[in-house]
Amino acid sequence: MDKSEKKLALVKEFAPMLERSTKNSKIFMVFMLLVVLLGIYAAIRQMVDGQEVTGMRDNVVWGFYGVNFLYILGVSYAAAFISAILHFIKTNWKSSIVRIVEIVTVLSLMIGPFFIFLCIGRLDRLHYLFMYPRIQSPITWDVIAITTDLVVCIVYLYLTFLPDFAILRDHDELKLPKWRKNLYRYLAIGYKDTPQQKARLHKITRSMSAMIIMMAITVYTILAWIFSLTLQPGWNSTIFAPYFMVAGIYAGLSVIIVSMYILRRVYHLEDYIKRRHFTIAGYVMMILALLFGYLTFSEYFSRWYSNKTYDIQLLNSLFDRYFWYFIFGNYVTVFLPVVVIMIPKLRTIKLISITAAIAVLGIWINRYLIVVPTLENPYIPIQDNRMEFVYYSPTWVEWALIAAGIGAFCLLFTLITKFVPVIPIQELLDGPVQKGKLLPKETWEKMIVKQKTAES
Amino acid sequence: MQQDNSEKKPRRQFLKLGLLTGASAITGVGMAAPDGEKEKSSGEKMKVLTPDGKLVEIDKSSINNYPEAHVPPAEARKGIPNRKFVMVIDLSKCRNARACVDSCQKAHNLLPDQEFMKIQLMQDTDEGTPYWFPKPCYHCEYPPCVKVCPTGATFKRDDNIVLIDNEKCIGCKFCVTSCPYSARIFNWKPDPSYDSDQPYSPETSTPGQVGTVSKCDFCPDMLREGKLPHCVSSCPMGVIYFGDANEDIVTNGSETLRFSELIKDGGAYQHLEELGTKPNVYYLPAVNRQFPVDRGFNHSDEINSRYKDVPYVQKMNQDK
Repeated sequence: MDKSEKKLALVKEFAPMLERSTKNSKIFMVFMLLVVLLGIYAAIRQMVDGQEVTGMRDNVVWGFYGVNFLYILGVSYAAAFISAILHFIKTNWKSSIVRIVEIVTVLSLMIGPFFIFLCIGRLDRLHYLFMYPRIQSPITWDVIAITTDLVVCIVYLYLTFLPDFAILRDHDELKLPKWRKNLYRYLAIGYKDTPQQKARLHKITRSMSAMIIMMAITVYTILAWIFSLTLQPGWNSTIFAPYFMVAGIYAGLSVIIVSMYILRRVYHLEDYIKRRHFTIAGYVMMILALLFGYLTFSEYFSRWYSNKTYDIQLLNSLFDRYFWYFIFGNYVTVFLPVVVIMIPKLRTIKLISITAAIAVLGIWINRYLIVVPTLENPYIPIQDNRMEFVYYSPTWVEWALIAAGIGAFCLLFTLITKFVPVIPIQELLDGPVQKGKLLPKETWEKMIVKQKTAES
Repeated sequence: MQQDNSEKKPRRQFLKLGLLTGASAITGVGMAAPDGEKEKSSGEKMKVLTPDGKLVEIDKSSINNYPEAHVPPAEARKGIPNRKFVMVIDLSKCRNARACVDSCQKAHNLLPDQEFMKIQLMQDTDEGTPYWFPKPCYHCEYPPCVKVCPTGATFKRDDNIVLIDNEKCIGCKFCVTSCPYSARIFNWKPDPSYDSDQPYSPETSTPGQVGTVSKCDFCPDMLREGKLPHCVSSCPMGVIYFGDANEDIVTNGSETLRFSELIKDGGAYQHLEELGTKPNVYYLPAVNRQFPVDRGFNHSDEINSRYKDVPYVQKMNQDK
């Protein structure tokens, strides 16, 4: 089969996704937009009335926002990390999922920092971070690391999107409004997929992948250091950097699995995203869950065994007030993937995805248990009868902004899948399809026949 | 409190010894001109005493008038020369009168629910009775809060004082989570008192600003005037001693003592010294107490109920 024929077939295959939105997806997008608008309203209220509208007070000064920042950036680094690693793996199954991983990276990297902005009391002075930087401060390290990461990831993702922009530009068969055609032409920056361009692009993305792997390790470490470099009993830990890395990659992979499942259902991608993808991801998830469990155990066990007053005070709170959260965040997230993956009968697409969805929530709760109870148990006992100063409980503002974060993620995800194919066409052409492994030959032939009959 | 003791000197003498001699003229801050007096034209001379005891004549216009003159943020970073301010809190004398808290709140224009100075009820052992524990900022030698500040809004001066410049603070609250002594508070909501016309100085911590951090500042504005911090001068029991480690002198307003001797003889300790922060606030242990701990419960329910989680109080409430 000729390559350009294949290309045409693939473009036709994904055309419905790009050309128009179904009624359901429109309703979904409007709903998500409303959620985001509610979040924007909450953020404005917070800026006008001060952070008093949140549940944060003098002891727990970082609540939901801090947890979300930590969590979402963790997901983003994980997705970047996985994407970069996939770049080095020479297999044929990866082509159909790389785009999803890339979209998760870029969206979480865009949404994550908003939560730390919400945590900052004087947003009007954000530029002071650059005007009066103090290199001693881990926050300055974070600012440097995150901005570098943001730039590198966006350039990298753009380059991986580039060949598809070129394909979309070159196919007039697509019924798209003119502005979108123009936008594709603009974004493709004259990429023509010549062997020379291809080799150059490959070289650049390859070296950038290596950079991203190293950067992910750096940013994770610095993020963990924000906590572990302080003196606080629950935070001052030597294993936080690797711990945060494993937890983050676990959460990131889980978000990717859930996204795979939803996109597969919504866009009927059963021919591309197969059970095999879920099984492979499931195995990796299980290994990460075990590593995560190991580090969690090692962290809490040493605190418990050494029996230091302030550590025990924190553990008592975790096993009393936060008992069920602790069970969910630190037991269910560890053992559930193991059970689901170990027993072949349970190893189905649906169960793996449900497990991933539970892990998405479980790791979030694990992060919450690291940030909030520590702040509720400082060295100097809190002697206050204002309950909101003693225990943290989020207000509607924080819930609305969490919802807005999820809403923005879903909304932008939907928009991106309408803008570029969720399955990278160029990858399918260059890699596995030539070997005829991803799609069975018959599927291809059926598609070509269908297309030819339509034309005649 | 007034006991006959040859070592104890009146407060006036302390002032003469230290805080406030002619050094202020050189650093551009003064004490000599009375309140409200307008700046005179240059040419008029006056005599001031320098730190090394010499009388010099200087131009009157080079002296700032207090309290009208304020120390702007850039100036406030320098600190008062040749001083090492320290505080010693004698726990055996504290009966939770809360005069320090009230006067501090008033002087710093704090909101009613904000306290720079907090009174904790500490119970170290299950058997022992608890004691009242006034807790200001410890102005640590190695302050963890200063280390983590991304913009340099909080800083440590040569005179031991750790201050916050709330015009530079971005409100990230990293310093709040870094302080092991929970000394820092955040201004959660806008307040009319923040709109005051009074010029801002990190030395007075007023006016406050929404979205920034603040804390106990050791009242450097008072020190420049040769007065003691509000918590020290307002305490009816003379619990809090304040002074200069360089001159080896501390006073609670009624008695003046040698700092080194007080520390040595009183068995002073720094709270949670194992954390390596080296606080400049010392505590004298609550031995031979002058008041039973129960005397501290003569406040409103709001205040009394703060201490309900302390084992002693729990037991007391059960026995009722």
